[in-house]
Amino acid sequence: MQKSVELTGIGKGFGADDVLKNIDLSVKPGEFLSLVGMSGCGKSTLLRIIAGLERPDRGSVAIGGADVTELDPSARNLAMVFQSYALYPHMSVRQNIATPLRMRRLSLASRLPLIGALAASAEVLREINKSVEQAAETLHISHLLDRKPAQLSGGQRQRVALARALVRSPAAFLMDEPLSNLDAKLRAHMRNELAALHRRLGATFIYVTHDQTEAMTMSDRIALMSEGRIEQLGTPSELYEHPATLTVARFIGTPSINLVPVEVLPNGSVSLFGQALGLAAAGHNAGPATLGVRAEDVSITPEGLPLRVQRTETHGADRFVHGHLQADEALPVTFRLSIGAPVAVNSDDVIYVSFPPERAHLFGRDGSRLAAFPTDRVAA
Amino acid sequence: MARVRQFLPHLVLGAGAFIVLLPFYWMFLTSIRSPAEIFDVSLWPIPKQFDMAVNYERAASQVPMMRFMLNGLIVCLGILIVQVATAVPAAYALAKLNFPGRKLLLTLVIAALCVPIQALALPLFVGLAKLDLLNTYFAMMAPFFLSVFAIFLFHQSFRSYPDEIIEAARMDGFSEMEICWGLVLRGSLPSLAAFSVFSVVAHWNDLYWPMIVVTDINLAPPPLGMLFFSDVESGANYGALMAGAALITAPMIVCFLLARRHFIAGITMTGVK
Repeated sequence: MQKSVELTGIGKGFGADDVLKNIDLSVKPGEFLSLVGMSGCGKSTLLRIIAGLERPDRGSVAIGGADVTELDPSARNLAMVFQSYALYPHMSVRQNIATPLRMRRLSLASRLPLIGALAASAEVLREINKSVEQAAETLHISHLLDRKPAQLSGGQRQRVALARALVRSPAAFLMDEPLSNLDAKLRAHMRNELAALHRRLGATFIYVTHDQTEAMTMSDRIALMSEGRIEQLGTPSELYEHPATLTVARFIGTPSINLVPVEVLPNGSVSLFGQALGLAAAGHNAGPATLGVRAEDVSITPEGLPLRVQRTETHGADRFVHGHLQADEALPVTFRLSIGAPVAVNSDDVIYVSFPPERAHLFGRDGSRLAAFPTDRVAA
Repeated sequence: MARVRQFLPHLVLGAGAFIVLLPFYWMFLTSIRSPAEIFDVSLWPIPKQFDMAVNYERAASQVPMMRFMLNGLIVCLGILIVQVATAVPAAYALAKLNFPGRKLLLTLVIAALCVPIQALALPLFVGLAKLDLLNTYFAMMAPFFLSVFAIFLFHQSFRSYPDEIIEAARMDGFSEMEICWGLVLRGSLPSLAAFSVFSVVAHWNDLYWPMIVVTDINLAPPPLGMLFFSDVESGANYGALMAGAALITAPMIVCFLLARRHFIAGITMTGVK
């Protein structure tokens, strides 16, 4: 089942602080949307508002076109996977996965222990059992069905939590940092599995994470949040290629984008330590600004910006070179060097680097993106 | 030196255990001695004249011992059931629900821990008398139905229950009562065991309140029954008296031994002693 999720004008405050400020967000049916941001940016609160665990102070939540703002969590037909997995500790894996179905299909009397076995219809119980086994098979945990959560590893608990979520075909899946308690290798593996699960189910996923790699690798679209606002909403490549603000540029991409202070001259041209960069800012934006360049856009050239190499970092196919601009020792610059490049780079070498001006991102003093275009001059 | 350090704690604990267990041992010893030896200070376990059968037979036949035990059982279970039924939802609400005034209510609960039953005895007695409820099981149980100690103990234990599981349960459609009894209390069984031991032992051994509200020997719980017993005997036969005391203590010892592991887990986990 796939349903859209629409948030309109959501606001929420705790005490004097506004945690969420007027959030509008529309998640399409079947979409994998990630909410990313630093801790405290409001992404978890937003997810909890969608789930119904938290009431917004303002605004409304609609699922599949129907307003659910006033509905209890269980009436919204959403499934949530929690960071701690939140499995019921006294139940076996089988009972854990069956619980969402039992709560929906069985009456209160038939859920009671002992008496329940008599009151519940055998037909319904058979159906539930079948759904449980299907869900377990999907996540490869059929052999664990009779264990208790305490006997499982972190990765296995994660799978049980996912099975419990998908067993009842919810309108949408909500995930609150579900991979953050796993070790790095398992995390990468589960990332692939989650993406595959999303493709197979075709369901709507809303995924909260502080890890930009998770968001970049799995999402159809990313909503990057900061201080209770959505800074930018777009596909992973839009956020990477055209960050709308300095915050987005900083957050997305590993290694982090290189940021250097530049000056926009009254004639619009951008200069770095007095050198023209071959880039001009549109409009009247004279004054200090920030230039962002991705590591892979920087290359070693016969002439350009002098850089003192600090260390190199080998990542298999890639090498990253970390250094400082000579003009300002406090400014770290990192760039990527393909392993194939026949360049020997050693610590304390002074090398010259440059970048194509059209690959640079220019941000004004308030952090918003400034339109810029390359001039015909060669990049310094 | 290392050996001393190893044995010293055991020595201290052993001394403590000796002091605690001595009265029980003395009670048992007296209950198997003949009247002639009662005032003998020797702690030697084998009496010169073995009077166990006589004393116990007398304790069991002179007064309706079974009746006292049954009364004790009814009172203790009645109190315990109502205490748990009221304290568990209250503790759940105080520990896990957000509502205005929660902190104030919790403060009141803790403040109420400081009020002794003796302070309330007179108004309670007058109230029960006006309602014509003296000499009933209800009169013996009613003042203890609402236990702030239970609310406090369960609150301490429920607080550590993971919020995410409660939220997962809400999304799955559990009602708050199902969460409270089926999940949260389920995760705090050691506290329930600890509280049950506290409550049952306290009310089984209580002499003060039953003595105030009950004069009918047919309603007397064990300690009050023993009092009637010693009155009948004018305190002359200590051997039989101690045999009676041993008989009424035995269920509590069994009860504690059964719940021992949970009891210890319950008090160490919740930080209540």
